[in-house]
Amino acid sequence: MFNNKRSKAMLPGFRLTMGYTLLYLSLIVLIPLAALFLKAATMDWNDFYDTITSRRVQAAYRLTFGASLIAALINTVFGALVAWSIVRYRFAGRQLLDAIIDLPFAMPTAVSGIALMAIYGPTGLIGKHLVPYGIKTAISPLGIVIALTFIGLPFLVRTLQPALEELDGEAEQAAASLGASRWQTFWRIMVPSLLPSLLTGFTLAFARALGEYGSVIFVAGNIPMKTEIASLLIISKLDDSDVPGAAAIAVVMLSATFLILLAVQGIHWWSQRMTGRA
Amino acid sequence: MSARKIHAGNNDPFWVRIIVITISVTFVALMLVLPLGVIFWEAFRKGGAAYLKAFQDRNAMRAITMTCLAAGIAVPLNLVFGITASWAIAKFNFRGKGLLIALIDLPFAISPVISGLIYILVFGMQGWLGKWLEGHGIQIIFAVPGIVLATTFVTFPFVARELIPLMQEQGSEEEWAAISLGANGWQTFWRVTLPNIKWGVLYGVLLCNARAMGEFGAVSVVSSNIRGGTNTLPLHIDALYNDYNSVAAFAMASILALLGVVTLVGKNLLERKIEQESINSLESRTTKVSQ
Amino acid sequence: MSIEIRNISKSFDSFTALKDISLKIENGELISLLGPSGSGKTTLLRIIAGMESPDPNPDSQVLFFGEDVARKPVGDRKVGFVFQHYALFKHMSVFENIAFGLRVRPRSQRPAESAIRDKVHSLLNLIQLEGFGTRFPKQLSGGQRQRVALARALAIEPQVLLLDEPFGALDAKVRKSLRDWLRSLHDELNTTTILVTHDQEEALEVSDRVVVMNQARIEQVGAPDEVFHQPASEFVIDFLGNVNVFHGRVNQGQAVLENHQTSISDPFVPAGENANVYVRPNDISIDRTPTGKSSMAATVTRINRAGVHAKISLELTNKEEIRVDITMEQLMELHLQLGDSVFVHLNKARVFVPDYTI
Repeated sequence: MFNNKRSKAMLPGFRLTMGYTLLYLSLIVLIPLAALFLKAATMDWNDFYDTITSRRVQAAYRLTFGASLIAALINTVFGALVAWSIVRYRFAGRQLLDAIIDLPFAMPTAVSGIALMAIYGPTGLIGKHLVPYGIKTAISPLGIVIALTFIGLPFLVRTLQPALEELDGEAEQAAASLGASRWQTFWRIMVPSLLPSLLTGFTLAFARALGEYGSVIFVAGNIPMKTEIASLLIISKLDDSDVPGAAAIAVVMLSATFLILLAVQGIHWWSQRMTGRA
Repeated sequence: MSARKIHAGNNDPFWVRIIVITISVTFVALMLVLPLGVIFWEAFRKGGAAYLKAFQDRNAMRAITMTCLAAGIAVPLNLVFGITASWAIAKFNFRGKGLLIALIDLPFAISPVISGLIYILVFGMQGWLGKWLEGHGIQIIFAVPGIVLATTFVTFPFVARELIPLMQEQGSEEEWAAISLGANGWQTFWRVTLPNIKWGVLYGVLLCNARAMGEFGAVSVVSSNIRGGTNTLPLHIDALYNDYNSVAAFAMASILALLGVVTLVGKNLLERKIEQESINSLESRTTKVSQ
Repeated sequence: MSIEIRNISKSFDSFTALKDISLKIENGELISLLGPSGSGKTTLLRIIAGMESPDPNPDSQVLFFGEDVARKPVGDRKVGFVFQHYALFKHMSVFENIAFGLRVRPRSQRPAESAIRDKVHSLLNLIQLEGFGTRFPKQLSGGQRQRVALARALAIEPQVLLLDEPFGALDAKVRKSLRDWLRSLHDELNTTTILVTHDQEEALEVSDRVVVMNQARIEQVGAPDEVFHQPASEFVIDFLGNVNVFHGRVNQGQAVLENHQTSISDPFVPAGENANVYVRPNDISIDRTPTGKSSMAATVTRINRAGVHAKISLELTNKEEIRVDITMEQLMELHLQLGDSVFVHLNKARVFVPDYTI
């Protein structure tokens, strides 16, 4: 036991658990991540710069960021509607709807990927009807957006739900009693309190979409310069044994992810200041 | 968590409700349910015999074994970590707690391909330990250990993420009670803490396992991608698909899809159990019933 | 088991919970730590238990029977701690809860299973819950849970019982009966017991001695009637029971009240400028006619007959409000009505001179 030397009264096991936690964390997460940043840091700056500004890489970045942004926006709109229905309305199948939302979380990404292709591919369930109209829902940026929308939906809905549940109706009733119309109540009272969660959900979906691989590469077609996402480009570089190149691309993506995470923290901090609430 | 409060959404006019609900249901059906259904439809397209044939392939069996092996190691490792980390975080006060939690959450936010890449940078031929490993005949990348490591990384936070808020909410009073009665650390943990967090543990393990078995991007990077070699089930599916063997690919996918559905069901059941328990313990704090 | 605390201080970040506390607790007594929230009483209890450490200080000591236990972890101190919210192990039955302390002992010290069973059953008897052994905490009422918590603490035969606001979460009626039961239990077992409470009625009724605490300090230590009738500070007299305050000045050994031509002589009056005169509601008499130079004119604003005494609220000529308690007979004799003009006379008062004038 940890008797003798202890002069501070604590529950037992701090040193043991803290030590193991830090050790495991370092070995599995921190040290390998450090390897990435060190690799990038020790690269020749010119090589690094050339890699990340090459046309193919730039195209991949644009595609990845663009598609992720659009998908996150779509999810913000529809995710809000879905969350609204689940929290505020009663209808048959509501609980089932609520349970299904997590499907993209539970499903392996490769499985989602081939399923999406089977729907939106040129011979797919939906895709084949749209081809005559010139709409390509696969092997195109549109297909990528669809795939990213699929995996991002739970983030929006699950982030919004607690915020919607917290709206206790009293503020709305107060507004109504003061003569506000439904629309005014919505915009002036409800949207401001939901804004932090909306932003958080959006940024989480966006961050997840940036790094998504499995669900996307089947529908994307992976044509360099056109439908090649950044993650796939990293793998291509590795296949060419260009490890430094892969590392360079990865560092930029990772930095973007970290910035986004910081943004989420910032949103939390800002909303806490506004409402004075934890 | 599932919605449990019922709001007087009757304030919203009827037509608004109809439209919103219709859009929501249609969107979810289109985006989520349809893909799920398509998997099984494609798998059975050529009939039951063709479906079963996919499982008789030796490579398929190897892939399934590989997946189970990777999950079988990664999940227990992360389970032990999750319990250890949440004890350290929930039962003690120290500086930098927020930072520690953020670090634990990191793998959740990092792209799977990058998750695999970082292990190549450490263990790969050009990596830090590459030369040393080669000299000793140990292979990590393109071999089982690499798969296990990559799987462990991507599923790293799952158990901890679930247990930390749960244990923080439960507080430490029962543990202090046990200590004051003379129990030591292990006894306190086994007899008092563990029964209180058991549903949270199951929940974390369930999600951890689902992700471990389904991981694609990270293992794709560290695997040799040679059939029958270090391919996990998702990689095998990818290989079959690229061979245009779509029925077999979807047949394999259907197992994972089934796993996904089981995970979903289990997740919902456990969520309800956890909520129930937390309501119960709230009651015990505020009971004002006369004798 | 006598306990002595010497020079204990404790701060949390910027908040000081205890400031240089020293206290001696006699073997076998039931002593209360009484005070408002934030006074430091729970912190002190937890330091005695070993669940908090005092601020490092060479003069700090916590002695059990003369032995310094500062380095002993809580599990070794043989204290029976009862938590405010019971902290029963919710996944164990009542039996297993009570048996816990005995079951976790190392093999060499663990009693045989049959001995444990006997002990638990005798404790269940003691707390009047025979037959409840197989039930679970969530099936019990608040009062029952608290009794189980007490039995669980008693099972390890502790040297001292530490109770942290044990009845705080219970209804008034349950609280009263449990309080009486605790006292009789203490008389039977004679274990040294320290009780933390913010309820003065509880402290005054059940304890051998009361420690009145306020803002990290001890205001007064004494038997219940001592702290009530001979309060050592303004805080004590204000905290215990109801009291009226008058502001006056000290003049030649007497306190002259502002705006009234009333003097009060109090043997304890110290010399000084401003004086606060504290008078209990039952130490004021009401008359129809003035009884001398020290009577004050007042108007009756409220008569409350619901209770053992009649509680009369009056307004003085300077708009100050006072409360007077009189017996029902006195009320009838005076034929008091709302709005009556009467005279009040202060029979007994306690004068305090504030240390600092702002």
